[in-house]
Amino acid sequence: MKQQLVVIGNGMAGMKAVEELLSAAPDKFEITVFGAEPYGNYNRIMLSPVLCGEKSIDDIIINDRQWYEDNHITLHAGPDKAVVNIDRTHKQVIAKDGTECHYDKLLIATGSNPFILPIPGHDLDGVIAFRDIFDVNKMLSYSESKRHAVVLGGGLLGLEAANGLVQRGMDVTVIHSNEILLNRQLDDTAGHLLQLELEKRGVKFKMSAKTTALIDNGEGHVCAAQFADGVELPCDLFVMAIGVRPNYKLAEAAGIHCERGIVVSDTLQTFDPSIYAVGECIQHRGDTFGLVAPLFEQAKVCANHLSGHGMAKYKTLPSATKLKVTGINLFSIGDFIGDEDSEIIKFSDPSAQVYKKIVIKNNGIIGVVLYGDTKDGAWYQSLLEQRTNIEEMREYLIFGQAYFG
Amino acid sequence: MTVETFEIPVKEVTDVQTIKTTCAYCGVGCGIQATVSHSQRTVAVKGDPEHPANFGRLCSKGSALAETLDLSSRLLEPQIYGRTASWDDALTLVASKFQQVIEEHGPEAVAFYGSGQLLTEDYYVANKLMKGFLGSGNMDTNSRLCMSSSVSGHKRAFGSDTVPNCYEDYEHTDLIVLVGSNTAWCHPVSFQRIRQAKENNPNLKVVVIDPRKTDSCDIADLHVPVKVGSDVALFNGLLAYLYQENALDQDYINQHTEGFDQAIQAAQLDAFNVATVAEKCRLAPHVVEIFYRWFKETNKTLTLYSQGVNQSSSGSDKVNAIINCHLATGRIGKEGAGPFSLTGQPNAMGGREVGGLATQLAEHMEFSEQDRDIVQRFWQSDNVTDKPGLPAVDLFDAVANGKIKAIWIMATNPVVSLPNADKVKQALQQCEFVVVSDCVAHTDTLDLAHVKLPAAGWSEKDGTVTNSERRISRQRALLPLAGNAKPDWWIITQVARKMGFENAFPYETPADVFREHARFSGFENSPEQRLRSFNISGLAEITDEQYQSFPPTQWPIVSSDALQDINNFENTKRLFAEGGFFTPTRKAKFVAVEHRAPQNAPDADWPLILNTGRLRDQWHTMTRTGLSARLNQHKPEPFVEITPADAQANGLEQGQLALIESQWGKMLARVTVTDRIAQGEIFVPMHWTAQFSSHSRMGGVVNPVVDPVSFQPESKHTPVRISAFSAAWHGFILSRHPLVLDGIDYVVLTKGNGYFRYELAGKRDVKNWQGHLAYQLKPYSGELDWQTFQDQTKKVFRTACFHEGELQAVLITGPDSHLPEREWIGSLFDPARETELEADERMALLTGKPPLGTPDVGKIVCACFNVGAKTIENAIKDGKLTTPQDVGKCCKAGTNCGSCVPEIKEIISAVNS
Repeated sequence: MKQQLVVIGNGMAGMKAVEELLSAAPDKFEITVFGAEPYGNYNRIMLSPVLCGEKSIDDIIINDRQWYEDNHITLHAGPDKAVVNIDRTHKQVIAKDGTECHYDKLLIATGSNPFILPIPGHDLDGVIAFRDIFDVNKMLSYSESKRHAVVLGGGLLGLEAANGLVQRGMDVTVIHSNEILLNRQLDDTAGHLLQLELEKRGVKFKMSAKTTALIDNGEGHVCAAQFADGVELPCDLFVMAIGVRPNYKLAEAAGIHCERGIVVSDTLQTFDPSIYAVGECIQHRGDTFGLVAPLFEQAKVCANHLSGHGMAKYKTLPSATKLKVTGINLFSIGDFIGDEDSEIIKFSDPSAQVYKKIVIKNNGIIGVVLYGDTKDGAWYQSLLEQRTNIEEMREYLIFGQAYFG
Repeated sequence: MTVETFEIPVKEVTDVQTIKTTCAYCGVGCGIQATVSHSQRTVAVKGDPEHPANFGRLCSKGSALAETLDLSSRLLEPQIYGRTASWDDALTLVASKFQQVIEEHGPEAVAFYGSGQLLTEDYYVANKLMKGFLGSGNMDTNSRLCMSSSVSGHKRAFGSDTVPNCYEDYEHTDLIVLVGSNTAWCHPVSFQRIRQAKENNPNLKVVVIDPRKTDSCDIADLHVPVKVGSDVALFNGLLAYLYQENALDQDYINQHTEGFDQAIQAAQLDAFNVATVAEKCRLAPHVVEIFYRWFKETNKTLTLYSQGVNQSSSGSDKVNAIINCHLATGRIGKEGAGPFSLTGQPNAMGGREVGGLATQLAEHMEFSEQDRDIVQRFWQSDNVTDKPGLPAVDLFDAVANGKIKAIWIMATNPVVSLPNADKVKQALQQCEFVVVSDCVAHTDTLDLAHVKLPAAGWSEKDGTVTNSERRISRQRALLPLAGNAKPDWWIITQVARKMGFENAFPYETPADVFREHARFSGFENSPEQRLRSFNISGLAEITDEQYQSFPPTQWPIVSSDALQDINNFENTKRLFAEGGFFTPTRKAKFVAVEHRAPQNAPDADWPLILNTGRLRDQWHTMTRTGLSARLNQHKPEPFVEITPADAQANGLEQGQLALIESQWGKMLARVTVTDRIAQGEIFVPMHWTAQFSSHSRMGGVVNPVVDPVSFQPESKHTPVRISAFSAAWHGFILSRHPLVLDGIDYVVLTKGNGYFRYELAGKRDVKNWQGHLAYQLKPYSGELDWQTFQDQTKKVFRTACFHEGELQAVLITGPDSHLPEREWIGSLFDPARETELEADERMALLTGKPPLGTPDVGKIVCACFNVGAKTIENAIKDGKLTTPQDVGKCCKAGTNCGSCVPEIKEIISAVNS
């Protein structure tokens, strides 16, 4: 008789783990998946192109319902099927609508929640996050009838949202608390180049700004945003894109050890040996996650253990960032600022929209920022991951792999 | 008030014209066929197939003459104290100032310093004014630096300054001995002719006697790497050997010579056997033996020599040691046999003919009472000088110590070319009155002039020149005079007239001057009166038309029958085969000579010997060749050749900068480690000036030592020391516009195709490169965009700037001399290409390498066709080529002047090994 595997979360991390498991040990488990969204599994990181109109929802579906059927996976999808309780004693999960399901192994992949800044007016209509298809649809409908959008957060998601809304014809201002856009991925030069480029495309910016309140139009809908410097911007749509928080409530309620996320070992096992967790909901060796690459790596390791091979260990590597705005290429990985022991190689050609920076320590790459010309990003990443000694390559390193053919 | 309008008559000029003229460079004196478009002011040159010096060949320098005609670097208006002046004001000032100095201090206080670049007509007028009317012998020329030892040697042996042989002898000889002559680079067309002769005549052997293994060794059957300055011992040894072996022509000696006994005694005393010679000359005995045996066994022996013989404190003795061997074997003035001095400059010979050296009076006459009397009567002047003037080095010493107070320098650059050149510079700086006539606007010398006179350039000059084989050729104007420039003979004539000598200087055309010169050469020139070798009196009545169409002809031209049909005139190709020398006895004189070591010996403080010389693609101080991008590619920087052992001993590496110091001065040059030079010796090229380099003037280092007979400086032997120049950074800039780079220790400028190239190094970091460049480029380009590449830890800083997409400048710096190649970046400035770079080119710019897919031709080897080393390598690999001919067929390299053939051979052997 097959063991029962239950997966909570029909997102990218969870389904990646299932895919890996299916290929590693296709007959070991009977799999049941609970998802709060009423779709199959889709590629969340492609929501930006959907918002821009470059892709449709169908384009970004990874696994449709047919796939679940084909692989004999039971899918419980929709708001009613959100799991509300894990009964570790009886090894079962219970959904909002009462659906119960026994597990031998449980995989928690509940992802994260967008962080909502708790300012006055944050709960008004027209104040949304940018997290799922629901949010995208909402933005699309606003763009058809409304004029002013304000996006809070000059990070990857915020900029992608702003770009999409501009494409959809809205007047968009991005509010960023730092003076540099993407300050967790770019240094000031690259951030500045990016800002210039986005400004060319029509995005407005209010940098180093603090939002103090959102104003009610009298009907429970946002109509303006207020800032610490006294400025007030008209606002029909306010998108909060200031980061995510691991969604570990369910696990915590079930008594699984959590800190900033569900704490897992190098094998992605929680403190309960029957329960594994992957994705944005976890905390591994102090780190939490927001990019897709480590999630996939976690899924692989987790599947390796669930399948009984038990060989792999998860190790966090610096992961690369890309901005999904058509025509803007940027790449960032690792420690791109450096310290007094590191050395910096820089190439810049602002009028050609190119900037590159490599941070080196002990003759190895520890960080890279590429703007404009990112074709060597993957190569730098592999040099970084493999800790390649670049001493001999140094003169041409920044000009790319082509010079080392 | 009415304004009159004039109809300007349009002169009918056929726009495109073919004009025959003579090359501006070396003493080979190649004929050129120039196609001139007057409306475009463009000239295309090719070799004149009918000229007997070159039969259509041209070297890289000659081929590039048309690239040096740009007016941007020309001096176009007279200047007085830096301000533009009228000709009348400038000439009046020169005349009155010279007059004033003569009145106050006597004629010895003035001097002219001319050049082998002057035409014979220019020389004649200058010499006549100074020696005939101002009454001073102080008219010397830069020929002093290159030819005067040959002149002295000739005069001592033959009684006259006469070259006995002709170029045709290359094709008739069985042994060519090249002494102190890198013919491959310095007389490339002669070299090609010898190479061809060797191919046609399998018996022809070539011996190269040179301390360095130069490119001329490419065709050598034997290289004799003689110790610098020991040639006298080598040829004394040869004379003793020939005597010992009974290989002398006793009949010739008896009939046509004097002084053999003293000469052979001196020779035997100096070098009585091969072992002694080998020791004195630092040679392997068997090498000496082979050379001597070949010489002995080969009747048709031609000894070609140039600066390696002449530029020595025993230069005259070297010449006579060589001539002694030829006299003793009767091998002189015969088909394929004779001593043959190769002159360096296009008209060194013409200058010697008119008497343009301080040690000559005029027309092959000297300072005897008889000679002076002849000259006085011919010129109808009672003020002809009765004593020699000061030769170059002494002359500038006299400027330095204030004895000479007014000097007029014509068409030459002594601040660069003279030994102890820093002293020459100081001398001119403190001189009361310095006049310089030149065709370019800036030379190191011109920059010190009080009066600057714009002279006609090569393409505008009209007159005659004489090459190494006594052949007088016309140099014809291709283009009208640029700006307000005037011919030198005209300028001097006007000054003479303003000084009150209008009757003696009636010339209106160069033909007027030439006729007088021709007449003078025959004046009282007979065995009964005062017999002289130089005699062209047959041309005394030459008409303007005949002068215009005068074909290249060797002197002497005594009979006026020549003018009847000059084209069928029988040249006197060779002289002295049957004696007939110009000594009082009509016999040649053996000169007893003994080896003397160069004057300054190396010691512990100055352990190395500095040798100097020319490069293939440059001429003198680069005022012309420096303008041709093509010519600048071969050797774009001053370098110093040093053996691997000496390099190691002095802590030097290939490509590094070295500081070369002598007791007289210092210079910087890039190290080229080579085994082509002997241990203990180093070599630097002579060409770089302050116009092109900050600290690489060779002249400042060279010792001011001269030959006691010829007064020619010993430029081939100066004791020096060498050390690494430890720069904190190295770099280069290629810029579309000229830059001023003061305060940087090492700066060398080369003109590229569409750019100026600056090679740089410095001890102190430059803080704000972009600021410097932006400031300097602003007048040309306005606002700039910058691309930068920086690796601060490694001291790498590279930047490029653009104006509206057009590349303006590229700066590359690094911690050492291992910098990217310059060729590809340079090609991006090519005016013929799109100014905007392709995106991939722009991204690759600061690597110095083309983006993938664009071929990198490598360092330019063939300057004629612009073929790079990598192109040649690839052709060799792809086509499995083994000979330079194959390479030539494949990519044209080496098929024009052929002077890169040795390099192509090296590439072939490198690729195939």
